[in-house]
Amino acid sequence: MSKVRVLVGTRKGAFILSADGKRDKWEVSGPHFAGWELYHLKGSPADPNRIYASQTSGWFGQVIQRSDDGGKTWHQPGTPPGETKGPDGMPKGESNKFVYDTSAESGKALTTHQWYDGTQHPWEFKRVWHLEPSLTEPDTVYAGVEDAALFKSTDGGENWKELSGLRGHGTGPRWQPGAGGMCLHTIVLDPSNKERIYIAISAAGAFRTDDGGKTWKPINRGLFSKYLPDPKAEIGHCVHHVAISKTRPNMLFMQKHWDVMRTDDAGENWTEISGNLPTDFGFVIDVHAHEPETIYVVPIKSDGEHYPLDGKLQVYRSRSGGNQWEALTKGLPQSNCYVNVLRDAMAVDSLDKCGIYFGTTGGQVYASADAGDSWAPIVRDLPAVLSVEVQTLA
Amino acid sequence: MIRVELPQHLRTLAHVKGEVQVKVEGAVTLRSVLDALEEQYPMLRGTIRDHGTLQRRPFLRFFACEEDWSHQSPDTALPEAVASGKEPLLVIGAIAGG
Repeated sequence: MSKVRVLVGTRKGAFILSADGKRDKWEVSGPHFAGWELYHLKGSPADPNRIYASQTSGWFGQVIQRSDDGGKTWHQPGTPPGETKGPDGMPKGESNKFVYDTSAESGKALTTHQWYDGTQHPWEFKRVWHLEPSLTEPDTVYAGVEDAALFKSTDGGENWKELSGLRGHGTGPRWQPGAGGMCLHTIVLDPSNKERIYIAISAAGAFRTDDGGKTWKPINRGLFSKYLPDPKAEIGHCVHHVAISKTRPNMLFMQKHWDVMRTDDAGENWTEISGNLPTDFGFVIDVHAHEPETIYVVPIKSDGEHYPLDGKLQVYRSRSGGNQWEALTKGLPQSNCYVNVLRDAMAVDSLDKCGIYFGTTGGQVYASADAGDSWAPIVRDLPAVLSVEVQTLA
Repeated sequence: MIRVELPQHLRTLAHVKGEVQVKVEGAVTLRSVLDALEEQYPMLRGTIRDHGTLQRRPFLRFFACEEDWSHQSPDTALPEAVASGKEPLLVIGAIAGG
C-alpha cells in the first residue's frame, strides 16, 4: 500500500509525519535538529530515501543536512552515511560554504543590489530558503538563498557553485529586499525539459532559464504592482510563490504579494485570475497532482495583517484554472483563527485522491485526503511552520 | 592542549559532549585556536566565523579568564592560563531571540 511522508520545517526543528495511503493515522517523528530553524526539507524524486534539509540559525549560520534513509538518520554531506568520523577518528563534513561568484575580469563583486535606502549594497549570504532536488539525479540539488542567488550541488550537497548568470544578467542592481529580506525562495524544475528552471525572488520577480542555468530572463510581463513607480516594470515585483502544473508544464500559477496570476506560455505572459477571491493577498499556491487546472490558495487579509479574513481559516480551490473559486472550510477553524501560512508551507501528494497539506505559523499541519473537500489537523502544536513538503512512497 | 567550550548547538553539530581540546602549534591566539578547532571539526566552519572574511559571527562572543575577547585582534595572544590549558576559551552565543 502507498505511504506518504510529510516533511515539516519549523522555527525550532524539523518534524516528519508518516501515514499509509488512507492518510488518517499519523506517526510523528521529531524534533530533528531541535532548536534550529529548518527553512526547508525536500526529498529527491529520484531516490525518496534521500532528503535534503536547510538548517539555519541567527547565531551559527547555515548548515546543510542530508538523510539517505528517509529521515531516520542525518549527516552533513561529506560525512558518509553512518559515519560521523573520518579515518583519523575526527568528525568531518563541510557543506555550508555558499560563496558568491566574482567577476572573471575584475575579481571583484559580480554586482550589487539596491538597499532599502536606494543605495547599492553588496551581496551577503544569510541562509538557504529552499532546496530543490533534481527530478532525475539524487546527487544534484539546487539551493535558493538570501541574498538572492541560485546555487547548485552535484555531489549530494557537499560543495556548492553559484549559477551566477542569474545575478549577472543585468537587472541585479535593481533588485531590492522585501520585508523578509532579499530571498530566492522558489525553484521550479520543468518535468518535461531538464534545461528549464523557474525561480522567484522577493522583491525582484520571476525568472526563467532554458539552458540549465547559464542564462536567465525576467518573466514578469502582465504583473501589475501598484507600489512600484512603474507598476508594470520588468523587475521589482514581490512574487510570493510559483507552482507548476506537472501534467501541463507550460501552465504555471503565481501568488504575488497581491494578485493570483496564471501563465499558459511558460511565463512569457501572465494573466490575473483572482476572480471572486475575498482577498488576493497570500503566500502559498499549489496545483492538484492530476488535474492541471485545479489550484489552491490560502487568502490572507492584507499585507499589513498577515492572517485569514475574519478569523476564518479557508483554503480556496479553483477547478477552472482560476477566476472561479470555492471556499474549503470543512475541518478548518472558522472563528478566532489568526495564523499565517507561509510561502513554502503547502504541498500536494500524488495519490489517486490527491492529498493537500499545509502548515501554519500557529504550529498546525492540516491534511486533506480528498483534494480539499475536508481537512483534519495532523499535529496542532508544533513551533511555527516554515515549510511543508510531501513524498508519495510506493 | 587548548580547552574550548562550545555552545550546546555547536557541540551537537560536532558530535561532542563537554569541552573539546585542540592542539595549537606556535602562538596561542583566537585565530590559531579557531583554525585548529575548525581543522579538527570541519563541520564548524562557517558557524563561528564567516567562511570568507573569517569575521566573528555577530551573535557569538569569545570569553577567556572572565574577560571579553570578542573585540580583540584575532592575532592577540590569549592569556597564559588558556595557553597552558588551565582555563578554557569560551565560545558563547548571545542570550537573545525567541
